Amino acid sequence: MTQVLLIFLPVVCALLIPLLFKKLPSIHTGWFVLLVPASLAVYYATFVTKLENHGPYTSTFHWVKSLDLSFTSYIDGLSLLFSLLITGIGALVVLYSIFYLDKNKEQLHNFYFYLLMFMTAMLGVVQSDHLISLYLFWELTSISSFLLIGYWYNRDKSRFGALKSMMITVFGGLMMLGGFLLVANMGDTYSIRDLVAQAPTLASSPYFVLALVLILLGAFTKSAQFPFYIWLPDAMEAPTPVSAYLHSATMVKAGIYLVARLTPIFAISEYWIWLVLGSGLITLFWGSFFALKQTDLKGILAFSTVSQLGLIMSMLGAAAISLHVDGGSSAIFKFAAFAAIFHLINHATFKGSLFMIAGIVDHETGTRDIRKLGGLMSLMPISFTVAAIGSLSMAGLPPFNGFLSKELFFTSMLALKEFTLFNFDTWGAIIPIIAWVASVFTFAYCLYFLYNTFIAKSDYKELPKKPHEAPFGMLISPIILASFVVIIFFIPNIIGKYFVKPAVLAIQPQLYRSASEIDITVKAFHGFKSTELWMTIAVVIVGFILFSTMKKWRKIYTLVPEKWSFNHLYDQLMLAADVGSKKLSNLYMTGAIRHYLMYMFACIVALVVTTLFLKDGFKFSFAHTAKIGIFEVAIVIVLIVGTLTVLLAKSRLTAIIALGAVGYSVALFFIIFNAPDLALTQLVIETVSVALFLLAFYHLPKRYRIEERMPFKINNFLIALGVGIMVTLLALSAQSQKLIPSISQYYKDTVFTEAGGGNIVNVILVDYRGFDTLFEITVLSIAGMAIIGMIKLRLSRKEKKSHENE
Amino acid sequence: MKMNNVILKTTTQVVFFIIFLFSIHIFLAGHFAPGGGFVGGLLTASALVLLLLTYDLKTVKNLLPINYMTLTAVGLLLALGTASLSAFFGEAFFMHYFDHFNIPLLGDTELHTAMIFDLGVYFVVVGVTMIIIQSIGGDE
Repeated sequence: MTQVLLIFLPVVCALLIPLLFKKLPSIHTGWFVLLVPASLAVYYATFVTKLENHGPYTSTFHWVKSLDLSFTSYIDGLSLLFSLLITGIGALVVLYSIFYLDKNKEQLHNFYFYLLMFMTAMLGVVQSDHLISLYLFWELTSISSFLLIGYWYNRDKSRFGALKSMMITVFGGLMMLGGFLLVANMGDTYSIRDLVAQAPTLASSPYFVLALVLILLGAFTKSAQFPFYIWLPDAMEAPTPVSAYLHSATMVKAGIYLVARLTPIFAISEYWIWLVLGSGLITLFWGSFFALKQTDLKGILAFSTVSQLGLIMSMLGAAAISLHVDGGSSAIFKFAAFAAIFHLINHATFKGSLFMIAGIVDHETGTRDIRKLGGLMSLMPISFTVAAIGSLSMAGLPPFNGFLSKELFFTSMLALKEFTLFNFDTWGAIIPIIAWVASVFTFAYCLYFLYNTFIAKSDYKELPKKPHEAPFGMLISPIILASFVVIIFFIPNIIGKYFVKPAVLAIQPQLYRSASEIDITVKAFHGFKSTELWMTIAVVIVGFILFSTMKKWRKIYTLVPEKWSFNHLYDQLMLAADVGSKKLSNLYMTGAIRHYLMYMFACIVALVVTTLFLKDGFKFSFAHTAKIGIFEVAIVIVLIVGTLTVLLAKSRLTAIIALGAVGYSVALFFIIFNAPDLALTQLVIETVSVALFLLAFYHLPKRYRIEERMPFKINNFLIALGVGIMVTLLALSAQSQKLIPSISQYYKDTVFTEAGGGNIVNVILVDYRGFDTLFEITVLSIAGMAIIGMIKLRLSRKEKKSHENE
Repeated sequence: MKMNNVILKTTTQVVFFIIFLFSIHIFLAGHFAPGGGFVGGLLTASALVLLLLTYDLKTVKNLLPINYMTLTAVGLLLALGTASLSAFFGEAFFMHYFDHFNIPLLGDTELHTAMIFDLGVYFVVVGVTMIIIQSIGGDE
């Protein structure tokens, strides 16, 4: 139970943050915050050794029992690794932010509240075993990321970036929810563990591929894969600790986590392999290619993150293949999952430190523009060392951990050539080439980042601040991360044993029974015969040439105009949604009641007539009709003449009188059809209403008293005709097919004996169905009061108007 | 323009009572013959309108000092009261009671709670019609 409740520890602690910020202004609030991730990190670290012998740890808190909703914390190798990354890097980032954010100028209570909220959300994402609570935490990461990007909310760019990331990730999140619901429906359970257990039967469902695509949409938008990566560069408007934490180490890896977690379910499908591998490779290439175009330090890092996430994603795609091969060649495919997790750890270490360095440079010089920076090496030696370690590791050079994961990456990509299923025999050969080219660009932008910031010559006077080395507190976190970069290079197999292999077991439970069965060891040196080594050497050489000739070929970035970019597409989409929907609603919301009436009548006619004929409801028979007498014909003629006069009259007075004639002929009808009560009422009411019409006519403003015939409009005519025909058809059909006899016989039998009356109409009104009458007289009273109100209250409105005029 | 409408006034004095009596008749006959509270109320209102047409608002108000708002309210109360009467006796809402009584002068007469309900309707109709006409007519 404590295990699941600890997920909520950060957000509960967050409630105290505003209090601490207000009551203890002398101490930087970050120091209190630091305790939370640090203690959680220690707590999760205790699992590392325990996990080897005892299986996964679960802990459940039922949330809505009747709907089978629960928060389940499921700690296996994969979620433990992520939890450690979240809390560990979280602690380092909080430490860094204590020195980065000024306690007097910044709204720290907001910042740390959002950050702790994000921490809970992220822990929830990686530990949830329940699909719905996973989705819940997933959206919470989107929301807290939105808040953190928009932290400096008085800047336009921050708000734009926050909105953009929100739109894209929430779009993906909603798609993912759809996929989750489909999967849960297929397997009849929300638990991921149970779904994994019945993976083979799920694949036969007709919705399997749809669910797969929807879930991948969620993962790709969150992890900034092609073409959804566009929000990540704009999210760099966030404070640097946020960029380091959310947009390099944790949140963007939520998609990676999801893909890894669901690999046992979906790896059976070739769509999964192609989509994950393909989008990963495209993202890898695209991100590394465009990183060289950026001039903003954080922009370079953002594109580099995109590219590295693509790399991890592509390896997860390759990891899915290993379920389809067995026998001798299978050993070579097993590297992919290991490599993916290994690189994930490495990326978190070096990218976190690089972001912090970018923040330090920004903090100490006042700019992040790489064109203004340069020559900081001698002024900021520690920062330079850390930056060098980070970027050379990212470039894939020894003796840093990036070298190991890049070698593993080449190994798994080269292995794809051996794979023959799913059209890989035709395309498999291209994949290592793409991977290699992307690595060349990666190498080039790492040099670009390092050289132009620290080594190239530059004039310091143009910088907004006089640059100097950062305070030591700010350097602690990047130094710790950078030392991990080096340490991991020397002890990769210890990391592999305790962190990577348990995670690989979670990704590929079909292949291994326990983590110790995974027989992969990482070697720094494979011997001169290995292709990977020669590929790396080629990367270094070509990448160096590419970097040194950058000025010459950089023009190709301007070849493709801005119009064709995805950012432009996004802007246009947002604009189209905004302007387009406004146009659309202006098109039909004209404000003219005539138009709305036309829509309503046209819809009613269309619906009723279509239903009548589709359901074969139209019947026409004279079986139950009475004979038509001479009086009826005469009155009908009067009625028609009266109606036509109303329509065609030039003068309103004529129309009113003709309307009266229509009313009186209806009264005559009532007499003929033996309804004396109705006839009486109709006569009196018609008289009253004609009098009221005349009153209204008398009070018409003079300039509206122009006497002219109602103009003929074809639309009105057609709709009126349609309504008339519809009502006629309906009445004929209703008359021609009576399902049950009328209940009037009962009234006839009991009107005297039960109700003590003789006039059935009146007895129905006051006795059988007196309820209606009660409310009809209420309606009358309300109408009377409303008329009084309208007439008497008008005075005060006049006064108000005169006030306004003053 | 002041005209001395002697003929109109004299006729009205006679006709008003005829219409009024007719409306009472129609109201009372409602349960067995065409008529009832609604038509009866409308006819009474038209008798009053005739008075209004012949004289003017003030005169009629002095003549018949009735607050039509109160009349409407009383009508609604009567109707609702009759309807809920049965509920007090533990029976269904809107249950009517009737019996035959031997009343001096009238002989065997049926008395029915529906009549009280109809009286409510009658009051409301008279009240509302007069409210509408008076408030429109009184508006300048």
